Amino acid sequence: MARIIVVTSGKGGVGKTTTSAAIAMGLAKKGHKTAVIDFDVGLRNLDLIMGCERRVVYDFVNVINGEASLNQALIRDKNCNLLYILPASQTRDKDALSQEGVGKILDELKKEFKYIVCDSPAGIEKGAHLAMYFADDAFIVTNPEVSSVRDSDRMLGILSSKSRRAEQNEEPIREYLLLSRYSPDRVKLGEMLSVDDVQEILSLHLLGVIPESKSVLNASNSGTPVILDEKSDAGQAYADIVARYLGEDRPHRFIDEKKGLFGKLFGGK
Amino acid sequence: MSLLDYFKKSKASSASLAKERLQILVAHERSSRNQPSYLPQLQKELLEVIRKYVNVEQDAISVNFEQNDTQETLELNIVLPEHQTKIS
Repeated sequence: MARIIVVTSGKGGVGKTTTSAAIAMGLAKKGHKTAVIDFDVGLRNLDLIMGCERRVVYDFVNVINGEASLNQALIRDKNCNLLYILPASQTRDKDALSQEGVGKILDELKKEFKYIVCDSPAGIEKGAHLAMYFADDAFIVTNPEVSSVRDSDRMLGILSSKSRRAEQNEEPIREYLLLSRYSPDRVKLGEMLSVDDVQEILSLHLLGVIPESKSVLNASNSGTPVILDEKSDAGQAYADIVARYLGEDRPHRFIDEKKGLFGKLFGGK
Repeated sequence: MSLLDYFKKSKASSASLAKERLQILVAHERSSRNQPSYLPQLQKELLEVIRKYVNVEQDAISVNFEQNDTQETLELNIVLPEHQTKIS
């Protein structure tokens, strides 16, 4: 049975597209046929992060309007042949996406794919609403920072009241916390909310912590999902997240600071 | 605990402040999340009616909606001024 995953946050700039690209790639690398859809109509960017921006011919809105078939619009990833990307349209028409149209495309994708990852735009407008509406699982990407945590909580309220599962009284969407841009040393200094703090406030199941990492910018510069950078901390964090989502039991990492020589000598414990 | 930790702890931590602020805010926003959408309008109209008879301030009236498993309660609270003066 196919599952629809929405990657959402409310707040912008927390790492939704980075996460969508990484987990879609991770799921495909694990042998599951996966599609990743950019719902940010007007501000398409998933194509850049996935490195397929020059291969976009048709987009999501073209398919909804019947101007292209789904197979024409889906772009096969260059690194993994089980991964396909459906790019967003660059139209400025806010109403280009309709609930009916999105539902039809997702139904069609469900026949062929095991996982469908929906990269939500920021905010709570139409694109964000449609990205989460049909979801079975929600990955809430949150930064350890007050505005991000508050917006995540807003998003949780929307997921539990405005989604298809909520409206039809089905089993609720499974919600998972992904805490990104985490700096254990700043947490230790009392300058940043800790993973326990955020979990206590949002009471969500933690899928993983992604450390603040230079590798994320390097990956986006080159258009390769950061999960392919297997040596990087962020890449490993996403690999853990995918494995945990698929049911593997992996201990959490990147929560405690790396101790340098100085810390080892004088840091105590 | 090492000597270093002692100096670190003596500073007021901004993270604990953030946590405290968020806990209050999130609790407040969650409680208003499940309120019916007619509540603000109801409050406005009630205020208009009450003002016909008693001169009360905007914030003298509060409408609270509470919900638990078995019942829903609509609580209306009006603070009357100390010297009640009829407008008429």
